[in-house]
Amino acid sequence: MSLLRQSRNILSNLKAKSLAKRLMHFKFEPDNPSTNLGPTENMNYLKALTNAMDISLENDPTAIIFGEDVAFGGVFRCTVGLREKYGSDRVFNTPLCEQGIVGFGIGAAVAGSTAIAEIQFADYILPAFDQIVNEAAKYRYRSGGLFECGKLTIRTPCGAVGHGALYHSQTPEAYFAHSTGLKVVIPRSPIQAKGLLLACIRDDNPCIFLEPKILYRAAEEEVPVGDYTLPLSQAEVLREGSDVTLIGYGTQIHVLKEVAELAAKDGISCEVIDLVTILPWDADTVCTSVSKTGRCVITHESPVTGGFAGEVAATIQKECFLNLEAPVERVCGYDTPFPHVLEPFFMPDKWRCLQAVKNVVNY
Amino acid sequence: MFFQPLGIRTYSAEATFPIKPIDTHKLENSPATEVQINKDDAISYYTKMQIIRRMELKADQLYKQKIIRGFCHLYDGQEACCAGIEASLTPKDDVITAYRAHGWAFIRGVPVCNILAELFGRKLGCAKGKGGSMHMYSKNFYGGNGIVGAQVPLGAGIAFAHKYRNSDTVTVACYGDGAANQGQIFESFNMSQLWKLPAIFVCENNRYGMGTSVERASASTDYFTRGDYIPGLRVDGMDVLAVREATRFAKEYAVKEGPILMELVTYRYHGHSMSDPGTSYRTRDEVKEIRKNLDPIMSFRDKIISAGFVTKQDVATIDAEVKQHVENETAKALASTEPDFDQIASDIYVTDTPLSIRSCNIYNKLHHQPSV
Repeated sequence: MSLLRQSRNILSNLKAKSLAKRLMHFKFEPDNPSTNLGPTENMNYLKALTNAMDISLENDPTAIIFGEDVAFGGVFRCTVGLREKYGSDRVFNTPLCEQGIVGFGIGAAVAGSTAIAEIQFADYILPAFDQIVNEAAKYRYRSGGLFECGKLTIRTPCGAVGHGALYHSQTPEAYFAHSTGLKVVIPRSPIQAKGLLLACIRDDNPCIFLEPKILYRAAEEEVPVGDYTLPLSQAEVLREGSDVTLIGYGTQIHVLKEVAELAAKDGISCEVIDLVTILPWDADTVCTSVSKTGRCVITHESPVTGGFAGEVAATIQKECFLNLEAPVERVCGYDTPFPHVLEPFFMPDKWRCLQAVKNVVNY
Repeated sequence: MFFQPLGIRTYSAEATFPIKPIDTHKLENSPATEVQINKDDAISYYTKMQIIRRMELKADQLYKQKIIRGFCHLYDGQEACCAGIEASLTPKDDVITAYRAHGWAFIRGVPVCNILAELFGRKLGCAKGKGGSMHMYSKNFYGGNGIVGAQVPLGAGIAFAHKYRNSDTVTVACYGDGAANQGQIFESFNMSQLWKLPAIFVCENNRYGMGTSVERASASTDYFTRGDYIPGLRVDGMDVLAVREATRFAKEYAVKEGPILMELVTYRYHGHSMSDPGTSYRTRDEVKEIRKNLDPIMSFRDKIISAGFVTKQDVATIDAEVKQHVENETAKALASTEPDFDQIASDIYVTDTPLSIRSCNIYNKLHHQPSV
């Protein structure tokens, strides 16, 4: 039988959805929302974002959403229905010019508008790098507080998706972590995404909101329908443990949750921490945890050299030096451009993280 | 030897065709309004365009079977652009384009099996399977670039190399109607004009930047005038002969005077990429209209038959041969395997001393393979 026909048969025997799920490197388990946030509705990640922007535009008459293709709903359907509801002067498309989009957003924010800019893929945020790092991040500082663009929030889909290759899979948090004046946030789930996006929009500092695109449809939770925010710069302990602290953010958290389950089978008790905010990050929660457990594994999708795990590791070894039982381990992407077909090798998957856990425990 | 019905004209060696008038911007002369073509060239252009069309349709089929994954931007409908431009270039001229690059890769000499293998991510691919659809390269073809507009300053730089070496060659830097609004395009225009670089900037205007029509994206849709101080031409991009003539004119100008802008008004039948059905921002009727009335391959076919170069029978034979060729090349590409694991940490740097690349943790290192 020809290869083509063989592959057709295999694929037609599987439903597309289950195939996609089997090819994902993580398992999403929904959180339960706090009971004091009111009634909830089943929403996936992107609907939670739409909901957050809906609330924002409703309560803030100066809020505007702009970016490439946001008017019809966006390439990931994150802004569906908003233009119809709020009008084309508040939800509008920009031409294809990232540097222009961010620069324009900074100007609108400085002049008093709550500007929510969308950059279509995080890989494309780089033409706007100068605007973000030199203009947005430093505006308050260089004007001695006279001007600032705190009303700017830049949303962008990031992260590996299985077939994105070099330019549809990057997570650029490390580049922006180096620019004080910005806030960088990366939520792991729909409940987090809605609360954190509202927090970023209302925060008086320019924010970069990174959305792991693989979670857009894969992550579904009971999300509170009301208006709520979640605190920025506060890491969250998702699972308590006593032997080793696992630190991550975004999609990687779901990998770590599974790693904790697997390690528990070997009698290793893992504490899982979601950093949530990359800049400014919550060193207190992390160091308290590592002082308790004495061991730490930090993981992210981005390449290891110059990655954010280095910053966390350096802080941990300084603050928790005498409590450490083993060197801090980092499990990250390779120091290569994000590969095309060799992606499964690049990803810091659960087996690699589990191996790192065993390394620190058996040190 | 072909058997012809009675009363049909004999084979001719040359024919003349009129082309639609070409709009000019800041030019004293303009390209000719009539072009001559000989039989061999005619058959060559037709065959090449048909191969590109078949190859793109094959890619569409294979994408739906999930043999090609990721992002795949197809060129069908725009074949006359690359075929026409290539017809007036020499192998020493350089071309750089954006991500809709399969047609360009082929016309610049990459065999179909290498293009398809690159789409599959296999070893036989022209970038060793490491680049994918958007990153195809060959000698004198600088790709294949993913970031919109980023290739145009590169084109200006390559043109500078031509000028530096005093060769009578040009660089063709292609971009689309969406990219025409990127800042770096205008930076390239300025540098090229300032230093009088032999660059032909080609705007392949297929009327839609992904899902945004040109009217909704650009304050001025006269892309051939957007170079301002750089002269421009607006050409019917569905007519391979018009494109060839305009390129001939542009190359002559670029080598003598400096940069020139060429807008090719063309159309893509597929959506922006394979994830885009291409019907939410344009009607199916519009696509059908263009396919019926303006298809570059069909209209050229009618021309060469009417010129007496070939008969309908000949054309059918060529079509069958092309189809078979693409099938053979597909089989070759499918037979190839994925790149070996050590390719993940190769082609990153050039280095004399052995280099270790950190892998997922800082202890496991991979040896960097130098490029061969």
